[in-house]
Amino acid sequence: MERGDWPVYRRSPAYFRKYGYKMEKKLAIELIGITKAFGTKVVANKNVSMDLREGEILSVLGENGSGKTTLMNMIAGIYTPDSGKIIVRGEEVVIKSPIDAFNHHIGMIHQHFKLVDLFTAADNILLGERMPAYSVREEKKRIREAFGQKKAELESKMQEHLQSGGSSSDPACRAMRKELGKARRKTFFASHTRWLVKCGKHIQFNHLARDRVKKLQGTVDRYGFNIDLTRKIYDMSVSEKQTVEIIKVLYRGADILILDEPTAVLTPQEIEKLFSVLRKMRDEGKSIIIITHKLNEVMAISDRVCVLRKGEHIATVETAQTNEKELTDMMVGQKIDLNIKRDLPKDPRPRLQIRDMSVVNKEGRTVVNRVSFDICGGEILGIAGISGNGQKELLEGIAGLQQKSEGDIIFHNPKKDRPVTFYHKDLKQIKAMAAEGFFHYPNGDRVDLTNRNNKEIVRLVNEEQILFYEDEIIDLKDRTPREIQELGIKLSFVPEDRLNMGLVGSMSIVDNMMLRSYRKGNSIFVNRKRPKKLADEIIHDLEVVTPSDLVPVRRLSGGNVQKVLVGREISSSPKVLMVAYPVRGLDINSSYTIYNLLNDQKDRNVAVVYVGEDLDVLLALCDRILVLCGGHVSGIVDARKVTKKELGLMMTTVPDKVETYQYEDLKREETDNGQ
Amino acid sequence: MVNNTKHVKEPLVHLTRRLNVSPLFAWLIRIGAFILSILVCCIVSCILSPKVNFGSFFKYLFEGAFGSSKLVTTLLRDLAIYLILALAVTPCFQMRYWNIGGEGQAMMGAFGCSLVIANTAGKMPVWATIALSFAAALVMSVLWAVIPALFKAKWNTNETLLTLMFNYIAVCLGAFLIKKVEPKGTGILAFKEGTLSSLGVSDFWIIFLVAAVMTVFMYVYQKYSKHGYEISVVGESPNTARYVGINTKKVVIRTLLLCGLISGVAGYLLVSVKDSSFLSDSTTQSTVAGRGFTAVLISWLAHFHPLAMALTSFLVVFINRGATQVGNMARLGNSYAGMMVGIFFFFIIATEFFINFQIHFRAKAPAVPKEDRPAPAPEEPKPAEPGRE
Repeated sequence: MERGDWPVYRRSPAYFRKYGYKMEKKLAIELIGITKAFGTKVVANKNVSMDLREGEILSVLGENGSGKTTLMNMIAGIYTPDSGKIIVRGEEVVIKSPIDAFNHHIGMIHQHFKLVDLFTAADNILLGERMPAYSVREEKKRIREAFGQKKAELESKMQEHLQSGGSSSDPACRAMRKELGKARRKTFFASHTRWLVKCGKHIQFNHLARDRVKKLQGTVDRYGFNIDLTRKIYDMSVSEKQTVEIIKVLYRGADILILDEPTAVLTPQEIEKLFSVLRKMRDEGKSIIIITHKLNEVMAISDRVCVLRKGEHIATVETAQTNEKELTDMMVGQKIDLNIKRDLPKDPRPRLQIRDMSVVNKEGRTVVNRVSFDICGGEILGIAGISGNGQKELLEGIAGLQQKSEGDIIFHNPKKDRPVTFYHKDLKQIKAMAAEGFFHYPNGDRVDLTNRNNKEIVRLVNEEQILFYEDEIIDLKDRTPREIQELGIKLSFVPEDRLNMGLVGSMSIVDNMMLRSYRKGNSIFVNRKRPKKLADEIIHDLEVVTPSDLVPVRRLSGGNVQKVLVGREISSSPKVLMVAYPVRGLDINSSYTIYNLLNDQKDRNVAVVYVGEDLDVLLALCDRILVLCGGHVSGIVDARKVTKKELGLMMTTVPDKVETYQYEDLKREETDNGQ
Repeated sequence: MVNNTKHVKEPLVHLTRRLNVSPLFAWLIRIGAFILSILVCCIVSCILSPKVNFGSFFKYLFEGAFGSSKLVTTLLRDLAIYLILALAVTPCFQMRYWNIGGEGQAMMGAFGCSLVIANTAGKMPVWATIALSFAAALVMSVLWAVIPALFKAKWNTNETLLTLMFNYIAVCLGAFLIKKVEPKGTGILAFKEGTLSSLGVSDFWIIFLVAAVMTVFMYVYQKYSKHGYEISVVGESPNTARYVGINTKKVVIRTLLLCGLISGVAGYLLVSVKDSSFLSDSTTQSTVAGRGFTAVLISWLAHFHPLAMALTSFLVVFINRGATQVGNMARLGNSYAGMMVGIFFFFIIATEFFINFQIHFRAKAPAVPKEDRPAPAPEEPKPAEPGRE
């Protein structure tokens, strides 16, 4: 395709400069061909060209990992581009540090605030500001001019007052004397003690003068912020902290503001307030870039939208001339066929039923909000959503790692007519369950263990003579991981942050293998024989590249670390396997190894939950996809039928009517039961 | 507008982290540092006193440490005491529980032992006094170790400050005991009966054997026991510990219990075997005499490895005793030995830096005429530090 054939919104600013095009507004920032790579593999931005006009709000839209934040960090001086040009107000610049960025009047408000908790808001805003240079001589002159005249005036006034018979002790005179004293002191210091002024210059004490807070209040009032600058940061809510960050940037004279996902931490009312402030700033002539995932916000606030996908600039369009559908289309792109094997689930039955589950995080925000769904054995349930929409908390809640969670998690252990083993239950549990009538003999009689001694029971269990009547149903609510394990529930979980949770970086592969199983047995010593065998098996089967099984896992590459973790979690032959972003940072081959492992588990009738960020993978691998948006379920859909566009839309907005897809067999069964 | 395209001067040195450090390289650096520290000690001594020269320094140094068979046994006995104290704090450090209260815990062990001996010696059979005093030493020491652990488990208090302050409380309690028992005494409680040494056993062999047994025990405990495994999981990755369902609070308290027991043994040995007396004026003028603090360093330098700890405590004792001899011969005063140990520690601690980091000096730039100087190379991507984003 020739450049000239491109739709108008796709043409780069460079094109316009070459072929001529009358700009409506002056450009605040222009990026030309920016490329940034981390290492040799990850290209965060590839040849991105975009521009920001003066006095507009530009949204930067894109999925996770599309390079939005990297691009903005390059404007703000946190990173430097590998190649390409940054042009600020028509002048090519090199921005090496945030200070450089400030010198160009560019300020960025990061997602994680950078404030000193123990300082007041005003202190935080003034912090780090340089005192303007001044010469001692001129400062002296200034003081003398300011106070010298006042001193003379006051002295003559005083004399008049005394000569006209006024008493030296009446209030007016006393106030005057106080003023006079101050003026005298000032002029005295200025004229006689040169070193004091000099000293002041060095320790910058007059830089901390109180009138600067007043000046600050001016900025605050101009934009209509409602905030008390004398309060300490630790007393403030998240939205107030954000306001302080914005004021900080404005006070330092930034004309170009970059906000990195400012709405992620705010309530709807606070978002509205923020938007009105942003509009006000735009009307004052500031140029604003706002990074966001949420389409409705993009439509509400921005003048233009710039869409990035996988590090590349897709388009910049006028908000008024587009709609949410078109934007989603640009954001997710065309479907790519990945050729991942996918069979129809065999006999899917609910394994885990989650009902009205809510999770409150440490900051007291509800991150998972009344979520209900089933996970069936023999399927891969994908969980889609923009990261930070509750996926992590949902999985941790199921695994028993979240303290504050509500709702029921009901586990169906498919045990009907299967023998009970000591692998799952100990003697005491078996006795208690037998008393409640959980078991039957192979001939169908109910098991009664009251008259049998322990030896006999052990023999019966070992001979597999005690069978379950029904599937075991256990509520996992408020259980710790250890309790879940002790109940004999094989719930495997591959967390997102592998080396921080799941593995111990400084330990060898063998020692990591026994994390789940080291408690087994009554010995006070750990048994490394089995873990070693397991480690060698995993190294061999999954082709882990490592010099030996005694190497600390921290030294392995990301893909190999993931293989070790997934291998361990699968080795316990789980009933439920939850994996969070298992292929993040992995190369193609390792990714396919992981997909195959998950498919194997699916064939073994394991309920697999796959949290992913790449929609193509989710569409190719999973049977059903659950979409989370802001902690709500915005739909459970058939992965074979849904389109990427639909998913993208569900990820950004919760529809009024939430679709819940279920397998045909289950539906039929339910209707049968209903009749 | 500020012109910021000017060439930024490259700093003279910059540091990079070494990723794969071979143990051989690390040990070579450590040995080098040890030799260097001795040389610096020698030079400092030569400057301080005209009586010391290069030859005599080393002569006195080795004489003080290995001069006679009696000196050698004393050296080994001191080594053993340091080793026991270091072993006590090691599991705590492995768990990233910064227990710097080894001093106070041993002090309380000595306190408990002295309390019993002072009250029961002569009134009870000797074996009963010995058994009781041993039990009291263990109980007091465990108490001193577990209280901060309970605070940590219950309210997540800062264990470093609490254990540090507990050291001083222990010393004050000791002083109080001495004042109560002997109001008009010399400030030192000397025991004639009720101690193990009064039975005529060799102090060297008891302490040495206890230390040897404990070293082996700790090595096995760390490496092969389930408890040891839990300790390293909790220390290395608290999140993983939560993930596999380890009860961190329980592990903390249990480990500190063990730490208290070992410190208690150390305290008992100091009073009942080594000194047959109890002194508690200050942290340096007491029965434990600051060994608890040195033990923290010993444990740290050995990277919590019990056998390596034997080596580091040997080095500390060697320098201490050798330097004491040099100081006596050259009349350099009492603090001289402490100074030499300080120099030694300075060098050894510095090695950790050189083992973990590589220093690059700025390469000398060839003289390029100003106009055709190449454009500055694109910067390396900054490491993704959480604090800088």
